[in-house]
Amino acid sequence: MFEDKVIPLDVWITDGINWLVDNHRALFLKLKWPVEQTLNGIDHGLNALHPLIIIAAVLLIAWRIAGWRVSLFSVLSLVFVGLLGLWEDTMTTLAMVVSSVLFCIIAGVPLGICAGKNDRFERIIRPILDAMQTTPSFVYLVPIVMLFSIGNAAGVLATIIFALPPIVRLTGLGIRQVPRELVEAAEAFGATNWQVLAKVQIPLALPTILAGLNQTIMMALSMVVVAALIGAGGLGSPVVLGLNSLDIGIAAIGGIGIVLMAVMLDRITQAAAKKRY
Amino acid sequence: MTSPQVMLEVEHLTKIFGANPKRALPLLEQGISKEDIFQKTGLTVGVHDASFSVYEGEIFVIMGLSGSGKSTLVRMLNRLIEPNSGSVTMRGKNITTMTHDELVQFRLHNMSMVFQSFALMPHLSVLENAAFGLELAGVAKQERSKRALQALEQVGLSGWENCKPENLSGGMQQRVGLARGLAVDPEIMLMDEAFSALDPLIRTEMQDELLMLQEKYRRTIIFISHDLNEALRIGDRIGIMEGGKLIQVGTPEDVLQNPANDYVKAFFKGVDPTSVLSAKDIVSKSHPTIIITKGGNLRAAHEILSASERDYAFVLDPQHRLQGVVSTDSIVELLKEKNPDRTLRDAFLQNIEAVNEDDSMQDILPLVAQSQNPVPVTDSNNKFKGVVSKARFLNTLHRSSDNTDNTDILTTEGA
Repeated sequence: MFEDKVIPLDVWITDGINWLVDNHRALFLKLKWPVEQTLNGIDHGLNALHPLIIIAAVLLIAWRIAGWRVSLFSVLSLVFVGLLGLWEDTMTTLAMVVSSVLFCIIAGVPLGICAGKNDRFERIIRPILDAMQTTPSFVYLVPIVMLFSIGNAAGVLATIIFALPPIVRLTGLGIRQVPRELVEAAEAFGATNWQVLAKVQIPLALPTILAGLNQTIMMALSMVVVAALIGAGGLGSPVVLGLNSLDIGIAAIGGIGIVLMAVMLDRITQAAAKKRY
Repeated sequence: MTSPQVMLEVEHLTKIFGANPKRALPLLEQGISKEDIFQKTGLTVGVHDASFSVYEGEIFVIMGLSGSGKSTLVRMLNRLIEPNSGSVTMRGKNITTMTHDELVQFRLHNMSMVFQSFALMPHLSVLENAAFGLELAGVAKQERSKRALQALEQVGLSGWENCKPENLSGGMQQRVGLARGLAVDPEIMLMDEAFSALDPLIRTEMQDELLMLQEKYRRTIIFISHDLNEALRIGDRIGIMEGGKLIQVGTPEDVLQNPANDYVKAFFKGVDPTSVLSAKDIVSKSHPTIIITKGGNLRAAHEILSASERDYAFVLDPQHRLQGVVSTDSIVELLKEKNPDRTLRDAFLQNIEAVNEDDSMQDILPLVAQSQNPVPVTDSNNKFKGVVSKARFLNTLHRSSDNTDNTDILTTEGA
């Protein structure tokens, strides 16, 4: 029955994207600029530092936040990926994860706070977050390449789209979970809306926000391979390379590197989220 | 003595919850009850037309059952809840017409609050909690620590400054809440059921503490309570609320001697407690119960009885429905027969009558008076709820006849 009644939505979308590319590409490239600068800064920084310094820094951070077991595991993982010859790729991946997560925090926490405080805003943003989380990334990979061209920065942008929802959701949840009477008490003592937010809601929501951060980091890592498809470097590139040349070994070591980084970042951020006030 | 200064003037304060609350106003004018208005319009009347004055340096207690609107009323005084109409004036300053900024300033400096749930910040230390109001007001760190320490000292919490609230007992947590309220040195302190969450002993202790502080500092305090004892102990004047209306205001003696209506009378005179209290209010669970499966073992039952040092045990099926009552004697007699076929069911006492949990004390009086054993109480599904013994019955009567101790009646009506 649908043979001759087809909505040409696909055509419209293609036309729309083409129109954006033709007329507003400069704008999108400007949007890319801060992402690119942050990413390159972190990437160069990480790769310029001697691996020992980085390993020492991770050892210290993991030990302070998550204890000596996680610290030991992190150091061994880093040494191991170094011995696999993946050190530079690992640093690039770390830089991509850090910069995409950074932008996720900058955008996601305020959005989450708004969603936590305002029911209507939450109703509007929830389906958008659902779409961002569930739309297969291959769908928006091509438009991203058309608008932002290829490379690490485009990879980071795709990662941001995919990894943003958890931190927004969990920030909103954290704000909503703050007991009503504590907000009321703060108001009774003359707190302004900002003071309620800064002195009561955010501190009490922090463990939940950090749980969201953990999720965002995990999702960012899971985009590493997809980002490599559009020319981003890092641990995804050996995987893609191995895939294209049917070289199982190369793909496998890339995968091992990703898993080790994922476990390391997960344990450290989870420990941070569990820390009480 | 000069006549007391009016500190706070409340006039015709009304709050109706729900969409488009003005609809309820004409109905209220006609004297239609809160319940009927809710039926008709879906609107909940919180407070209707409350007017009273609070004098400087007094403790003004607003008393009523849960749902009578007292918490709503007190929250309209500092506009945590916005009134629909009416006004609150403090020393000539109209609070109800303040802009948001003025209101923030007013809350910072003039009126603090103590909460039933304590509402302490779990992420802050005791000292930081006590200093919370000062911090909001932008008082410098040294100064606010000093004042918070003083406040903590007043409530007897010196030495606990660096603890987290979660490590403190309920009574101590509320002392922190009190210190937080005192530290900002407010003109009026609102206390919303401040001691209701504490156990009775601690509650009395806190009341004494408050009275001692009051002796020294003579603050104006508006205290919300559902506890008659509390109101009588600490109140200089009492306002009684029922169904959103303030029905009487006066000194405890005034209200005691000239209750405005039967509702108020019921608070104080206790009317006849036997008509107000029902079996479930005086039920006791102290008697042993035996769950019967299949026949029921006589020896096991005997063990349970002697271990509990009671003469009667109540036999239930696995669904807790009452099956019968056994006594030590009835079991011992069967055991003497040494007949292995005898089961617990054979030991059931004859002529046992259970009463329904909703029967009033008046209804069950004859039965309790006649029967040897404690009378079992069941609900409408025959589920066992406990027993009423003679001693328990008399004890309740005795307590209720004591005028200052009939809070049981209060809680009953609230239920």
